[in-house]
Amino acid sequence: MFNKDSWREIFDTIRKNKLRTFLSGFTVAIGIFIFIILFGFGNGLGNTFQSFFNDDKSNTMFIFPGVTDKPFKGYKSERRIEFDNSDLKDIQQQFDYYLESITPRISDRATVKFKGEANSYSIRAVSPAHQYNEMTIMMKGRYLNEDDIKNKCQYAVIGRLVKQDIFKNIDPIGQYLHAGGHSWKVIGIFQDDGGDREERMIYVPYTTYQKIQSRNNKIDQIILNYNVEIGYEGAMEFEKNLKKFLKNKKDIAPRDSGGIYIRNLANDMKETQQFASVLQLIISLIGIGTLIAGIIGISNIMVFVVKERTKELGIRKAIGASPKSIILMILQEAIFITTLSGYIGLIAGIATLSLIGDTLEKNYFITNPYIEISTAIMATFILIVFGALAGYIPARRAARIKPIIALRDE
Amino acid sequence: MIKITDLHKSYHIGKNSLHVLKGINFNVNEGELVAIMGSSGSGKSTLLNIIGMLDVADEGTYTLDNIQIKDMDETKSAQYRNKFLGFIFQSFNLINYKTALENIALPLYYKGLKRIERQEIAMQYLTKVGLADWATHLPSELSGGQKQRVAIARAMVTQPKVLLADELTGALDSTTSAEVMDLIQKINNEGKTILVVTHEEDISMMCKRIVRLKDGVIVEDKVVNQIKATTHV
Repeated sequence: MFNKDSWREIFDTIRKNKLRTFLSGFTVAIGIFIFIILFGFGNGLGNTFQSFFNDDKSNTMFIFPGVTDKPFKGYKSERRIEFDNSDLKDIQQQFDYYLESITPRISDRATVKFKGEANSYSIRAVSPAHQYNEMTIMMKGRYLNEDDIKNKCQYAVIGRLVKQDIFKNIDPIGQYLHAGGHSWKVIGIFQDDGGDREERMIYVPYTTYQKIQSRNNKIDQIILNYNVEIGYEGAMEFEKNLKKFLKNKKDIAPRDSGGIYIRNLANDMKETQQFASVLQLIISLIGIGTLIAGIIGISNIMVFVVKERTKELGIRKAIGASPKSIILMILQEAIFITTLSGYIGLIAGIATLSLIGDTLEKNYFITNPYIEISTAIMATFILIVFGALAGYIPARRAARIKPIIALRDE
Repeated sequence: MIKITDLHKSYHIGKNSLHVLKGINFNVNEGELVAIMGSSGSGKSTLLNIIGMLDVADEGTYTLDNIQIKDMDETKSAQYRNKFLGFIFQSFNLINYKTALENIALPLYYKGLKRIERQEIAMQYLTKVGLADWATHLPSELSGGQKQRVAIARAMVTQPKVLLADELTGALDSTTSAEVMDLIQKINNEGKTILVVTHEEDISMMCKRIVRLKDGVIVEDKVVNQIKATTHV
């Protein structure tokens, strides 16, 4: 029955029953359209949520020294613990298996001057690995490297906003800026998704900083990234062992709750992921709900369409249409209309999403709304199948009715 | 052409059973023009529906053109209807969104003919009923008489063995009725077997034979002198 003639018969029917065609097509198109928009918005919300946590790598641990609470091995309590370069080396040696990267961090603040401009900025003295765990993105020039550390170069990598504030239109690469009574050669500009504060930052080699500040080997904190393959449990284990090792080294009582603090982002990450999966669940529920509403809509219309055509189907049967040809005719028509209008809804939905783009980011927390094309096609397909099914059931009943009964239907 | 023996048919409405046909014996030869008469409820339409394979009998045998019609599934009976029978209804039963020509061509579509052939043949029959100029008009743009003539053309387009007309003049005034009956007589004179169900005496007098039904049995079966429909006007 799928020949040119049966198509012609269907196009004929469609053309001459515009309202009916429009109603069923519109239901499908609007269903798919709303599905795509809502799903896209949900994904956009998820994107915004993700971006809140983009500042640091999630497999990061921050280790801070603190003040002891308990006396131990002849030391009094309230003793201030300090980290130095040897701690960095020891951790590296002891926990090589767990480690991906490690960096010290010395934080300071200084007035930074360039020509007439001056402003106060945070300075971080770090090693090259810091780029990785802060997820610093280089825009121009380069980040610090191992040679800079070894040679104690007076180099600085400045944030995008530092450049904007004090260099204005001058290309800062190769220029010298003054901070804390020393001059630093700018070797790179970076950006950071962590926000404005992160982009008003200046990175310098920690060895250089230790030298010029006469801080000897002292460092403020240690930041490390562990191998993600060790998983959440492994990260917890690593944290425990690391704390034990440092307490032992610094002569801190094993039960002392002070002295060493470790902030393990794996904890934050667990909550973040839970929140994200709840968000995903809500998005999926919205999607399924919309789809069900669409299915009910198209089913209603199909039932109505077949009901409306009962008499016509009776006439067709009286003049020689077989039940099979009746069912095929209705199915073919239903599938054709739902496929075509589903496609229109799909294109319109995706076009609208890309048109919206980032315009809703500021006020509605919807960043870059999108839908995987496979999800969109799947949804369209489901609607087509259910549209066909919703047409098939009444069509089969109509095809079974004796023509004499169908003809009586006024 | 048609042989019916001892035909019974009951309808079940709720708990009540209504015995509509109580043993009908009835033969029609080729070329006959038979009027089936009776008051409403006499079973005449039921008989026609069974002959037209739109309904099935409970008991008895029915032979159409030497083929016994029995236990046919819907697909098969649709095929037979298309091949052997042409229907004309009181309410015309044209498909309202198709033009006169398309309505006539539709049985040929189910017969499996090509589009060009369908339109050619349909046009021939439309010309035959005198409505060639109305080919592209929708049923809603035609008068009652014109609609019925389109319906007659549609019934004849597959060249069926038998034409079955159920109160074909029921919705028409007497002048138009006569015109339609004139057409029926002409078709009959060309050799087509036609059964007409009616309750109007003057319509039955335009046929060649009258079968009178009462309470589900044939009470009279007589050959009459046919009155020309044209003289009736």
